[in-house]
Amino acid sequence: MQWKHKDLLDVSQLSADEVRHILATAAYFREINSRPVKKVPTLKGRSVVLFFAEPSTRTKTSFDMAGKRLSADTFALQKSGSSLAKGETLKDTALTLQAMNPDGIVIRHGSSGAAQFLAERLECSVINAGDGRHAHPTQALLDALTLSRRWKGDFAGKTVLILGDIAHSRVARSNVLLLTLLGAKVRLCAPRTLLPPRLDTWPVEVVSDLKQACRDVDSVMCLRLQLERQQAGLLPDLREYARTFGLCETHLLDAAPGCCVLHPGPINRGVEIGSDLADSAESLILEQVENGVAVRMALLFLYLTRKSPDASPVAQSGMPE
Amino acid sequence: MPEKQKKLDLAVRGALWFGPLKGDGKGKKAKKGGQLVDVLVSKGKIVALTPAGSLDMRAEKELDAGGKVLLPSLTDVHVHLREPGQEYKEDIASGLGAAAFGGFSNILCMANTKPVNDTASVTEFMLEQARKSWPNGPRLFPIGALTKGLKGQELAPMAELAKAGCAAFSNDGRPVESTELFRRAMEYAQDLGKIVIDHCEDPFLAPAAGMNEGEVSSRLGLPAQPDVAEAIQVARDVLLAEYLNAPIHLAHVSCEKSVALIRFAKARGVDVTAETCPHYLTLTEEEAAGFSASAKVSPPLRVKADIDALLDALADGTVDMLATDHAPHAAHEKEVEFDQAPCGISGLDTALATTWELVRVGKLPFDAFVRAWTSAPCKRFGLPLNTFAPGDPADFVLYDQDAAWTVNAETMKSKSKNTPLYGRTLRGRVSAHFLAGKMVVGSISPGA
Repeated sequence: MQWKHKDLLDVSQLSADEVRHILATAAYFREINSRPVKKVPTLKGRSVVLFFAEPSTRTKTSFDMAGKRLSADTFALQKSGSSLAKGETLKDTALTLQAMNPDGIVIRHGSSGAAQFLAERLECSVINAGDGRHAHPTQALLDALTLSRRWKGDFAGKTVLILGDIAHSRVARSNVLLLTLLGAKVRLCAPRTLLPPRLDTWPVEVVSDLKQACRDVDSVMCLRLQLERQQAGLLPDLREYARTFGLCETHLLDAAPGCCVLHPGPINRGVEIGSDLADSAESLILEQVENGVAVRMALLFLYLTRKSPDASPVAQSGMPE
Repeated sequence: MPEKQKKLDLAVRGALWFGPLKGDGKGKKAKKGGQLVDVLVSKGKIVALTPAGSLDMRAEKELDAGGKVLLPSLTDVHVHLREPGQEYKEDIASGLGAAAFGGFSNILCMANTKPVNDTASVTEFMLEQARKSWPNGPRLFPIGALTKGLKGQELAPMAELAKAGCAAFSNDGRPVESTELFRRAMEYAQDLGKIVIDHCEDPFLAPAAGMNEGEVSSRLGLPAQPDVAEAIQVARDVLLAEYLNAPIHLAHVSCEKSVALIRFAKARGVDVTAETCPHYLTLTEEEAAGFSASAKVSPPLRVKADIDALLDALADGTVDMLATDHAPHAAHEKEVEFDQAPCGISGLDTALATTWELVRVGKLPFDAFVRAWTSAPCKRFGLPLNTFAPGDPADFVLYDQDAAWTVNAETMKSKSKNTPLYGRTLRGRVSAHFLAGKMVVGSISPGA
């Protein structure tokens, strides 16, 4: 498939076929990641800037590892160590980065729309690693890979419950779009204070009682609760939240057989997810992390080689299949 | 005819007029499709508006309007001119230039300058800058701060400010949080015969988000403010105005809920007037769908149902007047992440074209257009008004309603180009603008 997109800003840009192509490519890299020698020369000589204007450990490490396994040179730029902290505007940062002529920029930023802002001003590929409350497409794609492996690629008739702070969650927004695109049904559960407005315009069902919300679902995706929501007056305290909306093993009794649990991390044990459940067989949290590296390898490969139609994931590698 | 002896300074002949003709048969209705008229002016004042060629009087200066649309000059009771303090965004000279080319004769400028217009010296400075840059107008009428430094803690010296030339009082930009203090400000201003203008926005309900809480904000994950944040404060203000039997003017009303509350208040006899802005009549929250900060404005752009309610309210007079809320910001301030950008749209350059288009397509009656841009604001704030009656100030525009132009850095007179209309093509431009009979904009050559 000739990749036609310059940037990945959100999953809304992608067709179902393109998503399936990303997941298939990621599945291939997943296999490479299980080899003793995990490095291929596919992106040798290409440079990728990891521009993280908001704190992140796992996403940044995941992209860094993905780039290095493809032999790309990765450069980290964090807000604390960058001129952004000195008051430089995002536009000037963008122009500076452009002048360095990288092949791709991975951006994490606290403002919704920041990835698009950068993409409109840069010639290189921009991959959104999370912008404000707007979108987190690589997270949604790694979640889709995780569920796809669990369900053997079949999303039809499946129901996914997204539980927690939907209002402030880019993970939820991207997942609602992607799961719907792949044919699954999405259900949301949260206190009303943590739900976005106008959910009547979203392709979802909203169930406010957690026990009812879990009924017959095939997967539950828990979201991290940011502790500052309490200070903002959105919930009384963590204890009450955990009792009302924290997912425990008993909730899964009403779920469909084989129901699995996802969490984008980092988890608050005992708040949005019970500690036992996080460590249980139903939890795919660590597999999500593993799939994250493969998905990001696939994305870097597809976006950075889009102008080379004969590129293959192991081009010039000389490595045995 | 006694007029024959009167010496005419100016005659503008053959303009297209869509309104009724006064003094030419009582109760005569406007002709559908308009009629050609002559405007006769002496000593800066209207002598007559007559059917073209009907009066045989020669003027010292004879101009051919060439069938251009005749409009009374507009009045804008809500602009931000940024001087003193932020002249890189706009100054009084450039702002009045945008007003002159935009068709405005009277401009009320808000007090949120640096320093704030809360002392007579700032007011006098503004008036002096206006006199120096545009001696023949547009006329500037500063609005004084309602509270010192707009901080909402102590009353500003309103008597001193009124004496220096302030036409009204407002805390626009930083709404007064304390209802107690706001009440006292209304009472104090009433003694001075001045109107208080309120920017209606609940100070604790997602203030200054600049984005409507609705379908688009939900999809994009943008911090947003619901329309009730405006309507709650409208309700407070009209209840206070009724209780105190004091006048109030509501700035930039943007939603159906506010319209309903104003209608309720007027039915109860409350002395309330309200303005809305061209952007609330023509643009919706969808303008922000690409995270474009040029569409970030407070109150935010709403939805189609609000536009419909505002158009109805303008037509029936519930919303009395139009104003631009001209809020210039420099390009580097707006070209940032949406949530980092300041609120505001630069409006003086485009207001006439966008609202005349509403008249042209039949969404806004001509009478309502004229009332909303001229008589309503002038009567409310005691400003010079041209109704084309003999003796009125000869403030009028010849408007080329078919001229297409692109909104860009060359065509805009304002220093700041922050408008969602940037790059779009509009229809209709001011060909000539006369203030007190003097042509301040235009280059019409003498006619036959």
